[in-house]
Amino acid sequence: MGTIWVHAETKDGQVSSITLELLAKARELGDVVAVHAGSDAEAAAAELGAHGASRVLTAGDLDGGLIGPALASALAAVIESESPSAILFGTTYGGRDVAGRLSVKLDAPVITNVVDLIDDGGLTGVEPVFGGTTNVKTKFTGDTTGIFLVRPKSFTAESTGGGPAEVTAIPVPDLGNAGAAKITSQFVEESDGPKLDEAAIVVSGGRGLGEAEKYHLVEDLASKLGGAAGASRAIVDAGWVPYSYQVGQTGKVVKPDVYIAAGISGATQHMVGMKGSKTIIAINKDPEAPIFSVADLGIIGDVHKVLPALLEALDAK
Amino acid sequence: MKVAVCVKQIPDPADPGELNLETKTLKRDVKLILDESDSYGVEMALQLVGDDGEVVLVSMVPNNERNGLNNALAMGADSAVLVSDDALAGSDALGTAKVLAAAIRRIEPDLVLAATESSDGYTGTVPEQIAELLELPSVTFAKEVSIADGSVSVKRQTEEGYDDVSCPLPALVSVTAGVVEPRYPSFKGIMAAKSKPVEELTIADLGIDSSQVGWSGGGQEIVSIELAPEREAGEVIEDEGDGHERIVAFLEELKVI
Repeated sequence: MGTIWVHAETKDGQVSSITLELLAKARELGDVVAVHAGSDAEAAAAELGAHGASRVLTAGDLDGGLIGPALASALAAVIESESPSAILFGTTYGGRDVAGRLSVKLDAPVITNVVDLIDDGGLTGVEPVFGGTTNVKTKFTGDTTGIFLVRPKSFTAESTGGGPAEVTAIPVPDLGNAGAAKITSQFVEESDGPKLDEAAIVVSGGRGLGEAEKYHLVEDLASKLGGAAGASRAIVDAGWVPYSYQVGQTGKVVKPDVYIAAGISGATQHMVGMKGSKTIIAINKDPEAPIFSVADLGIIGDVHKVLPALLEALDAK
Repeated sequence: MKVAVCVKQIPDPADPGELNLETKTLKRDVKLILDESDSYGVEMALQLVGDDGEVVLVSMVPNNERNGLNNALAMGADSAVLVSDDALAGSDALGTAKVLAAAIRRIEPDLVLAATESSDGYTGTVPEQIAELLELPSVTFAKEVSIADGSVSVKRQTEEGYDDVSCPLPALVSVTAGVVEPRYPSFKGIMAAKSKPVEELTIADLGIDSSQVGWSGGGQEIVSIELAPEREAGEVIEDEGDGHERIVAFLEELKVI
């Protein structure tokens, strides 16, 4: 299969979980090279190497510039000499930007929403559609480097214990007008519990809560169980909680051990984001709610009664 | 100020139709509606231009469907460019971006707005591809947008929180759902929409060859379409005041508590 490039997303030398997932799959397929932007390539080289990357090509510090145009230009400039068979990006805010820009530079399409990759001579992507009821397999028809955007939690990260990856700097060409956007400051939203897409337990709320003021029931339960709080698109659109809480096709994909859906009917949009959970518990007053079709335990009832009673029962433990 | 807003007309998500296994396209014989994701961009554009600007919609379809477009015009957009061509059927994200970018180039807007992704195709790459084709700077995943002194300021969603990003105009910004509250079209708006200018173009009008779009322009092919294994439903019970106890028992069984 030749060489597979993996977009390595790092923060202060720490490699993101989706990157480690992609590395695990990539090394099944061929030789692995990490591609990166940021000032921490050296710091991340040991972890990237331990997960199977032999080299890191880094565009270095972007000086406040956004990653999309910068990394895409840097990669496009070396892609011919390096000739990777494929580039894997995680479906993240940065990954999508780089993949989109690179696709135009190479005049090559992107296969998106990939949950599995199959080596059958070429590389075939598997993408779920219609809320995961149907799988579509897609492959590229041309000889160009295949660009894939892969969903989080598609593969399991695993260290191989390899030595540190060798770091090589790649230059960022002059971006002209395309590089004009600059980050002026960064804000980290503090949250006490685990991250939504990494938590072992996720409690999500939906329209059935009735009003924004009732969302605290979901947060209380999540914190009591040591999990993270999530939301359906409906209540994100309604402005009850920030976009970063959204679980679903247009939000985060979660695969916790236990997923509790409170007042969520189970629109296709939402199901795509949580159907992979190990165990699902649903509370909804509509017995016809689609969420019950995937629930291991379904409670037909009013979340305003069930959640407070549940919180009280857990307190008593 | 002139703002171009990319809008997509999609089958009603409540009735998404099905894949035609022979042609591998979505059966779209149903009436198309405005993608709800795009209503945020339209609303954002209307708020940004205020009384002394212009909002132009840009959309493409393989037939001359206008229903969804009319909805956005009824919200208050001033005019629309609709690229309508049989050859567009089966277009992928890059083909779509090429067509929309060519249409936007004619409009010469100060700002291009788009949703982060459509509700039916959800590749999430089209806005950034349009920006690259137009050699524009871009800020994706905006949760707040304001304009002053010829530049756009954006709070851009990140994994950990958000970044403040500043970008000179012209630029492209993609907005997340919930960024603003889309207005409902008024009766007056609905009536006015009927007489608003909609320029209908073919891809030839834009100087695009049919080999660049549709199935032939895709550069990718669907190898197979298969039903995914179904997840089995478990036990569903009616809450008779003891629902919470069942959940506690279940969580204990799972050794979560």
